[in-house]
Amino acid sequence: MPLPAIEAQGLTKTYKDSDPPAVAGLDFSQPAGSTWALLGGNGAGKSTTIAMLLGLLVPSAGRVMVLGHDMARDRFAALARMNFSSPYVALPHRLTVAENLHVYAHLYNVPKAKERIAELAERLQLTGFLDRPAGQLSAGQKTRVAIAKSLINRPELLLLDEPTASLDPDTGDWVRSLLEDYRAETGAAILLASHNMAEVERLAGHVLMLKGGRIVDQGSPADLIARYGRDDLEQVFLDIARGQGRAA
Amino acid sequence: MSGAARRVWGLMYRHLALYRRSWPRVLELMYWPVLQMLVWGFVTAWLAGAQNNTASVTAGVLLGGVLLWEVTLRSQMGFAISFLEEIWSRNLGHIFVAPLRPHELVAGLVAMSILRTAIGVGPAVLLAFLLYGFGIWTLGPALVLYFTALMAMGWAVALGVTALILRHGAGAEALAWGVLFGLAPFSAVFYPVSVLPGWLQPVSLAIPASHVFEGMRAALLEGRIAWDHLAYAFGLDLIWLGLAAWLFMAQFQAARVRGALLNIGE
Repeated sequence: MPLPAIEAQGLTKTYKDSDPPAVAGLDFSQPAGSTWALLGGNGAGKSTTIAMLLGLLVPSAGRVMVLGHDMARDRFAALARMNFSSPYVALPHRLTVAENLHVYAHLYNVPKAKERIAELAERLQLTGFLDRPAGQLSAGQKTRVAIAKSLINRPELLLLDEPTASLDPDTGDWVRSLLEDYRAETGAAILLASHNMAEVERLAGHVLMLKGGRIVDQGSPADLIARYGRDDLEQVFLDIARGQGRAA
Repeated sequence: MSGAARRVWGLMYRHLALYRRSWPRVLELMYWPVLQMLVWGFVTAWLAGAQNNTASVTAGVLLGGVLLWEVTLRSQMGFAISFLEEIWSRNLGHIFVAPLRPHELVAGLVAMSILRTAIGVGPAVLLAFLLYGFGIWTLGPALVLYFTALMAMGWAVALGVTALILRHGAGAEALAWGVLFGLAPFSAVFYPVSVLPGWLQPVSLAIPASHVFEGMRAALLEGRIAWDHLAYAFGLDLIWLGLAAWLFMAQFQAARVRGALLNIGE
């Protein structure tokens, strides 16, 4: 049986002793090859959780295993096998798209970098602007380049923070299809944090509902919708955010 | 190429690509060293004219001081500003989630510092020879050691500055430009340590550059290599680098605890 993509045990983060924890005792195990989503309002603990999974943030308590590696002791081995994309972290805007991808091909020690970049450019429709500085791209183009960067090392685990934020519906749909295809082809696991409920319903097989840094509910989108007696995930989200309902 | 070497090259490639498409950045590297050389060169020419018997010695001591101090400055700035480039482009988040180890990050910044120093100081060295007839190579083969000792001091200071940027964010950026200027009066660049008041001399002797400049004067005035000063310079460099590396790693870890790595530029 393959190791879980992510295994969090009692994961806790407290920034100041006087403040309540940003994340409080998360326990979950995401199987390899699955797509999960973190869902919650602002300040629910999604970004803090992702930062701990990436090793950017040291937990106050608990443990994270990523692809079988303990992030406290062996994070670089895990980082080589995973990747991350967020619209809130930019790529150097004076470098061209091709130069940016070459930088990350080197940082991730990607074999046959030129071929891999050409392959990604073809797949993500970047060919027409590979030689354009990243700072001169539209929001949709930047998102595609950021996703190309996140796929450069063929990650076994992909962490995505708001992958389709600020994209028009057509481009957003295109990105979601691409992510579904990538997971189907490679068996990679995807964990995404998103405020787009339709996106989560479509992509995620399992949703962790966060509130106040805790998992307040979880399940597949269909299960959650059924348990809360709602029509869609957005209504479930509102019930949980406003504390108005609980699964039967 | 090994994985580590390739990651270091990746970081260098990112900066080289930046310079390749931005001639003003390349020009800026040369601008201050050349300007310093012009100003000090004419001052030296005037002083040498007033003291004919010691003209070449005066010129050598002053111009050698200018050039070697520029090596220290450019080395420190080359390191610290390459790190700041990652903050300015909001790219640090991607860098820190790549499998780039902290020592590889430092190695990449050191490599960029060497390149930036060579590009920055090279034209000033040429200018000193063409306009004022001073060849820094008259210091002999020990010149390589002087350069190395001064660059190592620059890296130590830059590591310390980078650690403070990790601790205090963009608010500490100004240190990247100014911190070494504060050390210049105590580094015996243009005058010997003995000129300083007695209570200040131990401070000066704890700075690696002071020993390099004492060594430079011994070479130019007495025609000998001051091995004792070189040994002190490298010994102090090791201590400075060790302390700076400890501070950098402590602040890097503290930034991971505080969650400052993603929003360090804000």
